[in-house]
Amino acid sequence: MIKKKRSNFFAYVGVIIVAILVILPFAWMVVSAFKSQRELFAFPPTFFPSEWKFENFTEAASRGSISFVQMFFNTLKIAVPATIFNIIFSSLAGYAFARLKFPGREKIFMGFLAAMMVPFVITLIPRFLMFKDMGFYDTYVPLIVPVMFGTPFSIFLTRQFFMTLPKELEEAAIVDGCSHVRIWAQIFLPLCKPIIATLTVFQFQSSYNDFMGPVIYIASDAKFTVQMGLSSFRNSFTSRYDLIMAGSILALIPVVIIFIICQKYIVRGIAMSGVKG
Amino acid sequence: MKKLLGKRTLKQKEAITAFLFILLPLISLIILMYYPIIRSFLISFFEWDLLREPTFTGIQNYKTLFKDEVFLEALGNTVHWVIMYVPMSVITSFALAMLLDRKLKFAGFFRTLYYLPVVCPIVVVSLLFVWIYNTDYGILNFILSKLFHMDPIGWITDAKYSLFSIAIMSVWKWAGYNMLIFLAALQGIDESLYEAAALDGVTPSQLLFKIKIPLVMPSIYFVMLTAVIDAFQMYTEIFIMTKGGPGYSTYTVSYYLWSNAFEYSKMGYACAMAVVMFVIIMAVTLVQNKIMDKRIEV
Repeated sequence: MIKKKRSNFFAYVGVIIVAILVILPFAWMVVSAFKSQRELFAFPPTFFPSEWKFENFTEAASRGSISFVQMFFNTLKIAVPATIFNIIFSSLAGYAFARLKFPGREKIFMGFLAAMMVPFVITLIPRFLMFKDMGFYDTYVPLIVPVMFGTPFSIFLTRQFFMTLPKELEEAAIVDGCSHVRIWAQIFLPLCKPIIATLTVFQFQSSYNDFMGPVIYIASDAKFTVQMGLSSFRNSFTSRYDLIMAGSILALIPVVIIFIICQKYIVRGIAMSGVKG
Repeated sequence: MKKLLGKRTLKQKEAITAFLFILLPLISLIILMYYPIIRSFLISFFEWDLLREPTFTGIQNYKTLFKDEVFLEALGNTVHWVIMYVPMSVITSFALAMLLDRKLKFAGFFRTLYYLPVVCPIVVVSLLFVWIYNTDYGILNFILSKLFHMDPIGWITDAKYSLFSIAIMSVWKWAGYNMLIFLAALQGIDESLYEAAALDGVTPSQLLFKIKIPLVMPSIYFVMLTAVIDAFQMYTEIFIMTKGGPGYSTYTVSYYLWSNAFEYSKMGYACAMAVVMFVIIMAVTLVQNKIMDKRIEV
């Protein structure tokens, strides 16, 4: 018993040391964001700023080629339609694969599953050429369209969930002459709220955090997303780490809020998929 | 829809409804996934700068590729990365999972905290570490000089350390994710096994090496192979932190591919690179899937 207590003591020490290692870089980001430029490069460095400069945040929010508010708004223009339509089309397809009989069902489903393993580099250049030829360069279309009509991951997740629901659920409705669209909308969708929450969080995060997509397709400053605008800080404010850190915090806030509210769904998503969010 | 479904049997109606439900995702899958794969293969046999018409050059792109020193160095960097990063990452996340796989108070809180870096945008993490790693004013060099009287190190400006520094950052960012995978595997181990082991007087190290590690081995393989796949596709960190430098010390295959396609407009050459990566990654994925199948059976 004493042995067990002692090993738990060491476990607590370990857990707290790791916690410090996780928090320290974040803490450094926060204190750096509040420092004056002189203090940022002072030697020896101070940890807490002698004077907390809140102006750094307003400056970071407004001094880029476009304002942070505009960048958030641009990012939402991508993330919102991509997420909403993705869930609608994926859950419709998931319903068909789980509940309806049609020739070639298993083979087509395998076709979707196989696509989950395809590395993005192999589709990168032809997709770029295709969207460019269609005149969608420097628009949000190439960032929304590949997601909005359903992605294999979302289809897979909704199908797996629908499979677990009892058959009796829709049998009565079918006898009453209900269409499948109505069964999907009025019986199945309300039941899969947890899955919808998981997909919303995942999809929103992947649109919000996406960097390579916007870098390839977006050219004009006015259309910059948050991640793109933030990365341009590195070039436009060389050595203004106070502003770069303040901007990073602004970019981080939405993600952290979503994470704290929805962590239950994020953990569930990982458990179900083993796919990085 | 009414017209389409008019005078048909129930079975046919169901099939038509189903096809309508999957129609758009299927079209999107074919046009944006399968067709681009084929087209990448085709473009890789051409020389194409987007200004002139593509000219067929056969396997010339592949021949050039395997003589291209930058590409070979990028491949070498990837191998180097895997050898360095995979053990660090697996050991760290496994240790974290072991720590949290006991009845500690606030275990849930710590798990959430350790997961926080995973959800952070990679752009934010990269910028943060550029500042932490700064040679003259970075906090890391300051701490090291205070504790060990070390001379300042150019963590990302010195070719000797650059790849290693990015690897450390990646461990910090992804450890929480792999920890969750290991934690799930550890918690899946049958309690009765531990009881039997305790009765037999098994030592803690025997418990670890003879029971726990062999039982979570499929998860360890899974995490390792995922790290290998990610190593080939690593891009954003490089773009933000080092642009492949100093020299070519942090070029990854993805980063070199991106420069060829979108900076030098060498579409055929970049596609040849994509095909080589595709083949390597698919080979690793197939092995990984074999392991996943096993994991599900367990």
